[in-house]
Amino acid sequence: MASASSTDDSRFGLRRQVRLAGPLRLDSGAVLAPVDIAYETYGAMNADGSNVILICHALTGDQYVASDHPVTGKPGWWWRMVGEGKPVDPARHFIVCANVIGSCMGSSGPASIDPASNTPYAMRFPVLTIADMVRAQALLLDHLGVGRLAAVIGGSMGGMQALSWPTIFPNRVESCIVIASTARHSAQNIAFHEVGRQAIMADPNWRGGDYYADGQVPSAGLAVARMAAHITYLSEAGLTEKFGRRLQGRDAKTFGFDADFQVESYLRHQGLSFVERFDANSYLYITRAMDYYDIAEDHGGSLATAFAPSKARFCLVSFDTDWLYPTAESRVIVHALNASGAQASFVELSSPFGHDAFLLECPELNRVVDGFLKGGRA
Amino acid sequence: MSEEGLRPDLALIARTVTPGARVLDVGCGDGALMAALRDAKQVDARGLEIDGDNVAAAVGRGLSVVQGDADTDLAYYPDASFDYAILSQTLQTTRRPDLVVEELLRIGRQAFVSFPNFAHWRGRLSLMWGGRMPVTRLLPDTWYDTLNIHHVTVDDFRALVKERGWKIDGQWFLKGDKETTHANANLFAEHAVFLLRRG
Repeated sequence: MASASSTDDSRFGLRRQVRLAGPLRLDSGAVLAPVDIAYETYGAMNADGSNVILICHALTGDQYVASDHPVTGKPGWWWRMVGEGKPVDPARHFIVCANVIGSCMGSSGPASIDPASNTPYAMRFPVLTIADMVRAQALLLDHLGVGRLAAVIGGSMGGMQALSWPTIFPNRVESCIVIASTARHSAQNIAFHEVGRQAIMADPNWRGGDYYADGQVPSAGLAVARMAAHITYLSEAGLTEKFGRRLQGRDAKTFGFDADFQVESYLRHQGLSFVERFDANSYLYITRAMDYYDIAEDHGGSLATAFAPSKARFCLVSFDTDWLYPTAESRVIVHALNASGAQASFVELSSPFGHDAFLLECPELNRVVDGFLKGGRA
Repeated sequence: MSEEGLRPDLALIARTVTPGARVLDVGCGDGALMAALRDAKQVDARGLEIDGDNVAAAVGRGLSVVQGDADTDLAYYPDASFDYAILSQTLQTTRRPDLVVEELLRIGRQAFVSFPNFAHWRGRLSLMWGGRMPVTRLLPDTWYDTLNIHHVTVDDFRALVKERGWKIDGQWFLKGDKETTHANANLFAEHAVFLLRRG
């Protein structure tokens, strides 16, 4: 089953979607069935299935890791890392990227139809965890005939999934790359998310989440949530360099509340363009899953215990200007990995781009990921 | 990579490490020694390095290297988790060299410690006749920009070993890239390499 090629099997290729029977037992105790998963695969699995790489996406990411986005038309969100001649290369690797459950790009989420009522789940969708997302990915891999992962890779929330993988499926992961991420959500992380959720819920169009029927979506609330979050993805130095106090298309302040400053205009644009591609309820569910995330808590308070059963190699990368998941969070993981005797690498890279650095131009990141994946083998 | 091309003290350590051993290289730089040990002796090597560019280079060659500080991060390694802990030309840059060696001997069953000998005659002459801190081939930096904050001599180190009750399993002295005599090492050795174990 491992020798399937990507050309003659409808399970493989771009823009795939599968309905898995499940049931998927969730951390909350609820059960999700069926489980829809939208995903893409790139490259071909080799005969012994030893070249599979799972890419995990971030909060507002999707499965279009290296192909054009169907809504925005933009290139895949990690085209710098995944593609021909890149560290993750379909010429060598069989690459899988799946939309997380709870999201809105084709996997089961609050906008999906609840089979019990034949209407969208909305807030009747069960609350999820990062571990639930990982277990759903495992269901997909079973469906694709993938046993072990040569590597699982992710940045930000994708890093949370990647780091969870060897703690949930210790025998299915050979190596794990965690970029700009953490082993638990901090009080500050939760606080920012709560601001975003309250902005959505305060929008009169939200209506307890039941806005799908008439299409009057809580776009103002979602846009504010995105604006607040977007600030946390950048650095103060980056914002200052990009915008400073420069005015937007005018020579003087207007003594009003238009977007006088370039930074205001930029954030408004970020908010408005986001609502065209994202569902507000999905934003609530996924941020909640991130807030519940704490790997040590699930293992008696010890992070080292969580990693002990795994033989995986780990690579952690942080960025010096990332204040959302700062270097100290990666160090906590590294110390636990050292304590558990795991093979671990860690480096803090320098970038002006803050948390978003992992998505942007960073040749050093590519060099580290490439070297780690090759593991010393040329 | 073979021993050739390695710094002389590293080549000496590489020759001495037993094949297949578990090694922690503290201050591993760009991983030259680790790569040599991995390739020539199938050693399971891990590294700790403070400089991010060096770490990126080492990880880029497929080595397991963690960015961190010998003064603070050794505490996170379990007791006796390595056959050897190696500290090559890093001792004199740490805030508390004595505590770092204690940690090496806690983490490794044996520890290699190599350092430039500050009592080499060239340095002595320079200080005695010039009255200035030595700037030599061995110690090329000026007093204000050197990373070496705890200059140490062969005899200083021996005294520390004796005081702490550590055991010396081996000692080597280097002049340029050649081994030199133990006699008067404190005067004639440019580099010293000690192999220690806990007393």
